[in-house]
Amino acid sequence: MAHEATMSPLAHADDHGGEHHHETPNVFGFWLYLMTDCVLFGSIFAAFAVLRNQYAGGPSGKELFDLTNVGIETAILLFSSITYGFASLNALAKNKTMVLVWLAVTFVLGASFVGLEVNEFTSMIAEGNGPDRSAFLSAFFTLVGTHGLHVTCGLIWMVVLMVQMMGPQDLSERMMNKLACLSLFWHFLDIVWICVFSFVYLAGVM
Amino acid sequence: MLGKLSFSAIPLDVPILVGTFLGVAVIGLAVLGAVTYYGKWGYLWRDWLTTVDHKRLAVMYIILAIVMLFRGFADAIMMRTQLALAYNGNPGYLPPHHYDQVFSAHGTIMIFFMAMAFMTGLMNLVVPLQIGARDVAFPFLNSLSFYMTLVGALLINISLFIGEFAQCGWLVYPPLSEMQFSPGVGVDYYIWAVQISGVGTLLTGVNFFTTIVKMRAPGMGWMQMPVFTWTAFCTTVLIMVSFPVLTVTLALLSLDRYLGMHFFTNDAGGNVMLYLSMIWTWGHPEVYILVIPAFGVFSEVTATFSQKPLFGYKTMVYATCSIMVLSFVVWVHHFFTMGAGANVNTFFGIMTMIIAVPTGVKIFNWLFTMYKGRVEFTAPMYWTLGFMITFSIGGMTGVMMAMPAADWILHNSLFLIAHFHNVIIGGVYFGYIAGMGFWFPKAFGFKLNEAWGKRAFWCWFVGFYLAFVPLYILGLEGMTRRMNHYDNPDWYPWMLVAEAGAIVIACGIVCQLTQLYVSIRDRNLPENLDLTGDPWNGRTLEWSISSPPPAYNFAVIPDIHGLDTFHTEKQLGLKAHGKPLAPIHMPKNTSAGVFIGLFSFILGFASVWYIWWLAAIGLIGIVATMILRSANRDVDYYVPVSEIEHNEEVYSRRIAAAQAAE
Repeated sequence: MAHEATMSPLAHADDHGGEHHHETPNVFGFWLYLMTDCVLFGSIFAAFAVLRNQYAGGPSGKELFDLTNVGIETAILLFSSITYGFASLNALAKNKTMVLVWLAVTFVLGASFVGLEVNEFTSMIAEGNGPDRSAFLSAFFTLVGTHGLHVTCGLIWMVVLMVQMMGPQDLSERMMNKLACLSLFWHFLDIVWICVFSFVYLAGVM
Repeated sequence: MLGKLSFSAIPLDVPILVGTFLGVAVIGLAVLGAVTYYGKWGYLWRDWLTTVDHKRLAVMYIILAIVMLFRGFADAIMMRTQLALAYNGNPGYLPPHHYDQVFSAHGTIMIFFMAMAFMTGLMNLVVPLQIGARDVAFPFLNSLSFYMTLVGALLINISLFIGEFAQCGWLVYPPLSEMQFSPGVGVDYYIWAVQISGVGTLLTGVNFFTTIVKMRAPGMGWMQMPVFTWTAFCTTVLIMVSFPVLTVTLALLSLDRYLGMHFFTNDAGGNVMLYLSMIWTWGHPEVYILVIPAFGVFSEVTATFSQKPLFGYKTMVYATCSIMVLSFVVWVHHFFTMGAGANVNTFFGIMTMIIAVPTGVKIFNWLFTMYKGRVEFTAPMYWTLGFMITFSIGGMTGVMMAMPAADWILHNSLFLIAHFHNVIIGGVYFGYIAGMGFWFPKAFGFKLNEAWGKRAFWCWFVGFYLAFVPLYILGLEGMTRRMNHYDNPDWYPWMLVAEAGAIVIACGIVCQLTQLYVSIRDRNLPENLDLTGDPWNGRTLEWSISSPPPAYNFAVIPDIHGLDTFHTEKQLGLKAHGKPLAPIHMPKNTSAGVFIGLFSFILGFASVWYIWWLAAIGLIGIVATMILRSANRDVDYYVPVSEIEHNEEVYSRRIAAAQAAE
């Protein structure tokens, strides 16, 4: 919801500056929102840390996790950050067509990531190892699922921005701000995923 | 089709609820009828419901808080009456199932929908004015935050008439709140009401933090910021760090309840202690979220009515920041008895006691501000003095309970109840009422009646001690909280005294209502009108503009040269600016907040009752409204110079009229 383009009376002072869009309250406010999101993930990580050995007779991470699959997911998500970076560079160069192309590539990568994750979840549930099996699995599904939900929201947001960008008009200052916010969001989710990969999957298999 | 919802969910067999429903329905219809009769729907919609003006949102927040105060207080006096009756075999008039809902609702409503709404209202009214800003950083999000809070309050009150409310206390501890032991919809109402309003609070935190960091008038450095703004700033930090934890905690509980997960269940490896630790990681900062802005109010009130600068401004700022940090390292004192071990308990006991140090610094600062000042004993000052006495006592009983050994005996006793009402009524409530009296003329252009304000104060002050000192004694005698009936003859007389105290407090609330009525009736009397915009000889920027201020607050943004610049310039007889007027860029009103609120309500209500198609409509509605809003480019306008000039001229004429009257 923080991507909602809001307008502050003083933000106007920056409108003519052009170069100063990093200083608008919108991007600053979005940073703050990301920090609160960081606390949110931190709390779920804490819950996972407490419950990670509570298998209740069910399977452990070692028996469940397929590192090849997770490795592919990780590669896809990290690569999607690079492609978003290309979109940002083209936005700075005011090359709208290339922004759209790179956003589309990023979208496909993000959607594949979510697809692989959904696939992993459904196969685990089909084998009777769903989130209601043990406290460990509850924490696993919640942590990974929350990240996946964030990625899904990012994808919806990306589509909305792409639709709003279509048409003959140039990239507006407002659109640049929105792209900057989504960029922060997307890279942030990458960092969270690195923590998920290390603390959930790698530590679970070792 | 309707999930769990059926006609049997409506408690027609409980006469108290049916009576309440009839009362609410009659009042509601009367209000709606009056609005229709006077043809005020358009005015209401254009000027209030869709507004993004922080001053109007502030008024709506505080009206919500006052309505919720009635609801919460009705719960309180019902509990006291039950315990004054339910002695020695008499079951009282509230069966346990109903009584448990009453105490759960009392706590939830008073904290989330009375205190939080009141605090947010005061912050909305004052912060942009004190820093010389024309609105907050994100005016639309501000309106959205209000509707999220309102929806939470509506959900919790609807649980009175459709279904039930939680029966496991205001923090719904598992395993009691799990599906196994609470299969009804009460806990779900709690979860959705608190989650939705929590999103609103989080957005308020981000919004005001950004506002204070980015939108201060030129020249206003950190150490030139008024104390109330400092306290609001610290509160926003606490909100941003702690509210996500609450969101997660309640989300995990709902996953247990809705999807059969095992975070906090007794079986399959769940851990109840995890819930306690998480909920209090939010819960302890929460009490400081409430009380720190109240400290800000007391600082402004004391300095203004002592006609002196605040003693020790910098120490006040440092003390506030210390409290902000320390509030995150004390949460375990809420469950010393959980058995975390002597070393852990000792650490948290010591940290808790350390908080008393910066708080003590503040008390001394206020006392020294009054020392050798020409103190004007107005109603806000009465509340402030009452606070200093009451809060000091409450602080000391808190330090008593910070000793793990003592807490082992006092845990969950009425001593605890007395302690936190001591600090929340004596600190938070007294502070907000002082703030309301202090800034009322700024919002409306006339003062509140002094005599009725003082009567209200005395009723609250005396009533508080009558109602809660007995609870300290009962706690030491071993009476635990949340008890429905009892047999111990020693407790009975004290419960009667406490009931008397609750009745005196009720008189205080009646006095406050009378105060509002009398003040509105007499608003045009010359002694009540605030023509100058500066009725108290104030020190900070909000008093440099007309009451009520124009939508854009400041015709020209003032330059700041130090602390209390406005007061200094007034003393030196410096006249305002002379800067040329320019068109002012302002945000347009929007109905997006109303619609997102409406869809959130649908989402919450449908999820409580497992009506999943309706919940989907609510969720899609929220997303669609946000997307539509983000596509809307017509979100701002310019106030023309002619309109600003006109407003300024009216204001000058009012000042001249006030001077002529003197």
